[in-house]
Amino acid sequence: MTCRQVVELMTDYLEGALSAADRARFEEHIAGCDGCQAYLAQLATTRRVLSKLADEPIPPVLEAELVKAFQSWKSTIQG
Amino acid sequence: MPISLAWVGEGTFDSELDALKAGDEAAFRALIERYHGPIMRLVMAYVRDRGVAEDVVQETWLTCLRSLDRFEGRSSLKTWIFGIAINVARSRRRKEARILPFASLWHRDDSDKRRPTVDASRFGSDGLWASRPSSWTSLPESKVLGNETLQRVKEAIDVLPPKQREVITLRDVAGLSADEVCGLLSISAENQRVRLHRARASVRKMLEEYLR
Repeated sequence: MTCRQVVELMTDYLEGALSAADRARFEEHIAGCDGCQAYLAQLATTRRVLSKLADEPIPPVLEAELVKAFQSWKSTIQG
Repeated sequence: MPISLAWVGEGTFDSELDALKAGDEAAFRALIERYHGPIMRLVMAYVRDRGVAEDVVQETWLTCLRSLDRFEGRSSLKTWIFGIAINVARSRRRKEARILPFASLWHRDDSDKRRPTVDASRFGSDGLWASRPSSWTSLPESKVLGNETLQRVKEAIDVLPPKQREVITLRDVAGLSADEVCGLLSISAENQRVRLHRARASVRKMLEEYLR
């Protein structure tokens, strides 16, 4: 496998979608290739940054409105 | 067309769901606090305006409340809520589409095709790196996870083709599994992976230019 091929298989590798043979060839390449190791590490960092985007607190006004809606829903189920 | 929510086979016991159905306010509060951020990002994959997105998030929760007594826990609570968010957001996007050109992009989206995601110029004629990616491990965390980086990543997601934007947001921002995303979007495992691969590669490329 070449670096050019390996970079296009990285998601398949991470998702566990490679055949056993391809997985072995992929891992063999990665083990000896600084560039592909760096690329794989960059993808891991990319995912870490992406997951940070979800850190957004609920605005207090919205939370208050939703809790009110929940209370009124609760009164209908228990009514 | 509403997305399918009936794709998961047997459900699991869900004490959080039981608490909600019993009217446990603390459980509801914990739920909306936990999922607000992921749902907001998810909704913004469909509608661009923040105010509209906040409306959609609110409508999502109200829809959840209205449907809660009919939800039997055949999918996880999280998947169910995200599915509702997608339906509400898509429906809002269709309304907005009458005035905004944004949605026309969905019609010429080739995201299911495998395409090279790294510039050919990075490789030599032997297919090996000619210009190797650098290591980011020596960069300070404050730079890698700083507000400016996050803002740029948001912008990079905004300019992705819609199908890629949808998948990367569900997987890498909201943290759903591959199976959950395939089920929610009714796409094959192969298409899910191709969209995800191309989306991650685009965001990585932007980061490489920014973090240089």
